[in-house]
Formats: sequence, structure tokens, C-alpha cells
Amino acid sequence: MSPAPVRPGWRRRGLLLALLLGTAQVAAAAPPSLLRIGNGNEPETLDPQRVEGVSASNIVRDLYEGLSALSPRGEVVPGAAERWEISADGREYLFHLRPQARWSNGDALSAEDFVAGLRRSVDPATASAYAQMLAPIEGATAVIAGELPGSQLAVQALDPQTLRIRLRAPTPYFLGLLAHPSSFPVHRPSLARWGRDFPRPGRLVSNGAYALVDWVPQGQVRLRRNPHYWNDGNTGIDELEFRPSEDANGELKRYRADELDISYEIPLLQAPWLRRHLGGELRIAPYIGTYFYGFNCSQPPFKDNPKLRAALTLAVDRAVIVNKVMNGVALPAYSLVPPGISGYTPQQPEWAGWTRERRLAEARRLYAEAGYSAAHPLEVELRYNTHDDHRRIATVIAAMWKQWLGVRTRLLNEEFKVFIQNRNLRQLTQLFRAVWIGDYDDASAFTDILHSRHGQNDMAYDNPRYDALLAAAAAEADPARRQGLLAEAERLLQADWPVLPIYTYASKHLVKPWVQGWQDNALDIHYSKDLRIVGRPAERSR
Amino acid sequence: MMALALRRLLTAVPTLLLLVTLCFFLMRLAPGGPFDGERSLPPAIETALAAEYHLDEPLPRQYLRYLGGLLRGDLGPSFQYQEFRVRQLLADGLPVSLSLGLWAMVLALLLGGGIGIVAALRPGRALDHGLMSLSLLGISVPSYVVGPLLVLLFAVGLRWLPAGGWQPGRYSDMLLPVLALALPQIAAIARLLRGSLIDTLRQPYIRTARAKGLPETVVVLRHALRPALLPVLSYLGPATAGLITGSVVVEQVFSLPGIGRYFVQGALNRDYTLVLGVVAFYGAMIVLLNFLVDLLYGLLDPRLRQR
Repeated sequence: MSPAPVRPGWRRRGLLLALLLGTAQVAAAAPPSLLRIGNGNEPETLDPQRVEGVSASNIVRDLYEGLSALSPRGEVVPGAAERWEISADGREYLFHLRPQARWSNGDALSAEDFVAGLRRSVDPATASAYAQMLAPIEGATAVIAGELPGSQLAVQALDPQTLRIRLRAPTPYFLGLLAHPSSFPVHRPSLARWGRDFPRPGRLVSNGAYALVDWVPQGQVRLRRNPHYWNDGNTGIDELEFRPSEDANGELKRYRADELDISYEIPLLQAPWLRRHLGGELRIAPYIGTYFYGFNCSQPPFKDNPKLRAALTLAVDRAVIVNKVMNGVALPAYSLVPPGISGYTPQQPEWAGWTRERRLAEARRLYAEAGYSAAHPLEVELRYNTHDDHRRIATVIAAMWKQWLGVRTRLLNEEFKVFIQNRNLRQLTQLFRAVWIGDYDDASAFTDILHSRHGQNDMAYDNPRYDALLAAAAAEADPARRQGLLAEAERLLQADWPVLPIYTYASKHLVKPWVQGWQDNALDIHYSKDLRIVGRPAERSR
Repeated sequence: MMALALRRLLTAVPTLLLLVTLCFFLMRLAPGGPFDGERSLPPAIETALAAEYHLDEPLPRQYLRYLGGLLRGDLGPSFQYQEFRVRQLLADGLPVSLSLGLWAMVLALLLGGGIGIVAALRPGRALDHGLMSLSLLGISVPSYVVGPLLVLLFAVGLRWLPAGGWQPGRYSDMLLPVLALALPQIAAIARLLRGSLIDTLRQPYIRTARAKGLPETVVVLRHALRPALLPVLSYLGPATAGLITGSVVVEQVFSLPGIGRYFVQGALNRDYTLVLGVVAFYGAMIVLLNFLVDLLYGLLDPRLRQR
């Protein structure tokens, strides 16, 4: 493994030194430390404003730094901005950039670079999948819809070190959004020169702890520490290699053969074996994502039929799913919003505390009230995309419904793209697999998707009272009252039963014992600059 | 001979055109598009994406646009790997897939050939039975089973070889994938050569050669092997196809940055241009190799040359 672009330089310098001193102590210089990270899919791009997948975002967060950043535990901390002031009404933010902040080519980082990045994110021509995330900024919604030019976004550089952002409503989680790639700065000279082809080796200029060296598709993306980074002295590892690994079983073998220091995931079926043999390296922690089934509330049999939706929801034994199907790599979910969101009290429905017998009795009662019986059972289609894990869960749940209610479930698996299209159309679907991962640490990241006009509302859930509660929460300046409104909205969801929550996700990684500084956090975001390699045996670093 | 070669090359053009055309329209028949995902996009963004990749144009226009690019050697942008053109992805993956395929072919011919000859010399004996049972196993066990087993043994267990990945010029990376890819072909070639060599050795002219007092090695290697190789040669076409489909699996199992894995992923991602590029490339490869096999046939079988 030769970091080709580095070595010749090192070697030449070493040789020169050896010649000058007349000694041959070239080997005395420690080789650059290297961290090998299993990284799931091949990244689709390294353009912060266009990046979408988790794998690519992991790399982009090591390359760039936003105004804010996240600590190893996931709390918002200052990033490229050393401090900020928030106006009394919570709608105006003033950011002060670190005077020593630089791009990886040595250029000074300017507030204008952040303005350019934010404008680029919301410009429809950029086609950013995450444009919608910046909707709290004044003017953003109209710019995203193409109704206003990007210059109308309320983001302004007062001087090279100061940035002002105005919001359309107080948004308590706004600082967290600024740690997301879509709000990262853009190196304007590179963008002007290369257009959207700038994120490539030899062109990409970044302002984070690392700079891009090399990118071999399906091979690896290699990063090296950025000596111009304001906090370079505290960057623990010299080089990073992100190695794609589409198949969890293949990745596990590479991890066990010491070709990876950190794995992207673990194969679910291997979880018991991993607990027994690699327990100390296994990192399983709650992750803000919910796996659920959606009821299509616009089509029979679930249209205007909350009792039926409730009966099916109550009859699912989540303990069996979590322990037997998911091998303990998940938590049972009774509501859409997962636990662990800052400042929000999880809203557990009353039945979450009931015994299994009581839930089943209630499920049978509601099932009968909805007009179904052993003589006249419900026949329903459960749709999911072709994947072993989805199939196993669907099979178990269909068996539970069959056993306790007598429901006849037809399992329908479809290839992913076909499934997504059918789900979005809301015509064919009755009951379907769904998942939602929070993009930021706030309950509204979950409650918003059931707004009647939200693009993700494949349940076709439409309750004006719910929409009004979301609107009131979005306009509320007082954090406690706002959380109260969101909690009320979530309780309304629980009373209307448009979704059938199944489990809360867990992040699942393997981390070698010599990697230090890794901390589990609910967003499963880990900056490589916070990690260290301590005491890795030389023969275990291929 | 030259006329035959020329005619062969000319028929390749409409074959490839038909292949690309079919593939282009079949891909579009599949429901869903390259930008459909778990997260739905705002309409303005979807429109912008469609415009960027010309997906908003009528299908015939898109088809002509693609053909126009193809004539200029441009296979278009990849939808999934946004920073790369398809041509670049193929060019980057080609050395990997090619060396994988070539080494596997060389290994299959040498090892398979050797086993076939040894088995044919003592038909019906224990060694023959042993080798043929092993080769039956080789044909029956698919590479997605052999691959992980090899990794478990040599990478995780013994730690002799890497479990995956690819560094240019590091031969240890290639060993396991080449072996996994070649095994079924070694077995197939061994069985094929054994059969045809046994047949040839029963021919009257072999009896004549032996009667002349020629040593057995000369009889086998000079007189029997050449005609016995003909069926193996015609098998090289299907073997190439087998290596290509096998590389799709092997590249995935060993995380190799080759072309094969783009095939399946491209189709699943609705990466239209990437799939088309891979299909066109593999199509051209198979046509070209079949053409070469035809030429080799002429060299091995003098009767064909005179026609």
C-alpha cells in the first residue's frame, strides 16, 4: 500500500537528509499514520451541496467544516465560526469566523464563501437533495421553488469575518443544520474555474481537517491532513482511506483480516457471533431512525378506518422482532419520534406499558369493531422492497396477525425503485415498509413528514389539526412551548394511527481497539480528526 | 481468409447497434428512475435534475443524443457516480477486470489443460476418477461460495493474503480472486480436453504414429493434442462469457474496482448510461473474442484455411 503521491517526496527528502548528514537514518522518521474506514457505498459525489448518501457525507464532513460542528458525543460546538450571537427574537444569527481559518490551498476563508455555499444549496439548478433542509432561512422556500433568485436568501457577509443569517421563524435546531454538508462553504475560485466538476482530486479545495488526495472509484478515497486547517495541531491521524464495502459480510471479513480499522456496519445475522467473539470492538448505540409500516389512508381498507389500523399496530409483538429477527440490534418502537432527541420528552402511547395479553385483547376488540371476524377476515397486501431483512420482518408480522387476528396477509416484494415509485403514487399501496432517519436533532425532523403536503407523506395522512400544530410549533419562539406543541402533534398521530412503528434503529460498527476517541452518538456522526491510533501492531496494518 | 475476417468485422457493427438499442429502450421500460430514493425530492429539484441529464427530452431524441455521443466515443455521464463520465469509470476499471480475466484464462488453460491431459492418459484409473470428481465439484460450486471460503481460509484464518481490495501492481491482491474466477473454467476445460483427447488417441493415425515407434510424449503432444484442442478452442467463447459473468460476482466478493460490479449496481440504480456502457463494452469484447477464436481455428485446422 503505497500512498503514491506522498512517498516519492518523503523518500527524496529523506535521501537528501541522509546525504547531507552522511548517515542513513532514513527509517527514523515515523511513517504517516493511516486510518482505514469501511464506508458502505461508493460515494456519489464529494460536492457538499449535492451530497446525499451517508457514505459520501462521512467523507465530506472530514473534508469541510461548517460554521458549527459536532463534538464526539454529538453536541453542537463552534466550527469555522469561533462564536455567534442570536437576537432576542431568535430569528437573527451573527457568526464570527475564526481569523486563522484557511482553505487547504492557503487562501483565507471568508464569510462570502459561506454565503456562496448556502445560496448554491437552495438554487434549484444545483439540484441539491437537501435544499429543503435550509427552509428555515428567510427566502429559502421561494428560492428552492424557483420563484425568487438565490440573492434573495437572507444570508449576508457583513465583512470577511462576519456573517448574518435571518430566519423566517425561530428555529432552535438551526445551529445543528450548519454542521450539515448542505451549509458548508464553497471555494469560489474553484467553482468559477471548474463549475460543478470541482470535487475531484487535484481540484477540490476544502476547509476542514483533511484534504482530498486520491479517488479510485470502487477502490478508495484517500485524504491527507490539511496543514492549513486552523486546528491542525490537534488532528490525530495523518491519512484516511475510505474503502467502499457494499456487502456487510465481505466487509466483516476485511475487518477481521485487519484491512479495516472501522466498519461501516455489521451483518445482522452475525450479531450473536460478534457479541461472543468481538464484543469489545462492537459498538451498538441508539440511532435517530425509525423503521415502520405506513398505512395508505387514502385507499381501502385503511381509509377512514383507524380502528383497523390500531388493531394491526397493537397485535405486533415488538420484542420478538427486536430480539429474534433483529438479533438485538434495535430497540422496540411505539411511536414515530425516536428517543434521544435533545430537549424533547419521548411521547410513549399508553398501550406501550400494557401487557401483551391486554394489547391483544384490545386488538381483537378493535378488529371486530372494524367489521372483521374469523368468518370475514381482513385480506391485505404488505409491500416491501426486495431484501432479506425486510422479508424476515414482514413474514413474522404477517404470522402474528394471522395467529392473533386471523388476518390474511399477502407479502409483495418489489425491486427498490419500483417499490419507491408505487409508494409515492399512493394508488396501489395498502400497507408498506418505510423508514425515516432524522437529518437533525429535533422532533420536527420526524413529525414534519406527516404534514398533509410533505413529499414524504406516503401514508396520505391528512389532518388539518395536525398541520396547524406543526405550523404553530414552527412559529413558536419559546423552546418549551414549541416542544409542547410538537409533543401534542405526536400524540395526535398516536390517536390517528397512520403509521405502525416497529423498531428504533441502532448504529452498528466494529472499531479496532487501537482506534481511540470514538464515542457513540445518536446521529452516528464521527469526525476522523477526533480519532487517534494508539498501539496498532505494525503487522496488523495492511 | 481476409475476406472472411472483413465480413465478420462488418457484421459486428449491426450486432452491437442492435444490442445498444435494445438495452437503451429496455432500461427505460423499467419502472422508477435514477433519482428515486427513500427521500423524495421537491418538484423544482426533480425538474432541474431531469434537465441536467436531458431526461426531460422525448425518448427518441435522447436515443439519438446517446448514439451521437457513442460515435464520438463519449458514453455520457454516470447518474450515480456524479463525478465521473462512464468512459472514465470503464477506463479505470478495465485494467483490473482485464488482468483478472486474462490471468484466470491463463490459469484455466494451463491447469485445466494439464489436468485434462493427465486424466486422458490413464482413462478409468484412480487418478482419472479423482481428478474428474474434483472437477465436477469445481463446476458445481459457484464462485460466490468459493470466494468467501477462500477468504475465510487464506485471509481471515491463515492471514497469508488480503481479503479484498486492489492496489495496482500488488500481485497478492489478485491471487484469490483469480483462483475463484478460474476454478469453474479449470474444471470445464479439464473435462473437455480429457474427453476429446481420449477420442483422438483412439484414431487410426495415432496408432500409425505409435507404430512408427514415436515416443509417447511426441505422440500425445504433437499429434494428438492439436486436433484435441479444437473443442477447447470453441469453448473459449463461452468461457469468456463465463469469466465476464463470473467477474460480476468475484469483483463484488473481493471489493475489486473492476467493471463487473458496475453492471448489477448500474441496473439497480437505474444508471442508464453506465449500464449501456458496460453492455456495449462487454458486447464488443465478446464479438471481438469470437472473431479471434475463428481466426485461431483457421490456424489449428488446415482444412478451414483452404475454404
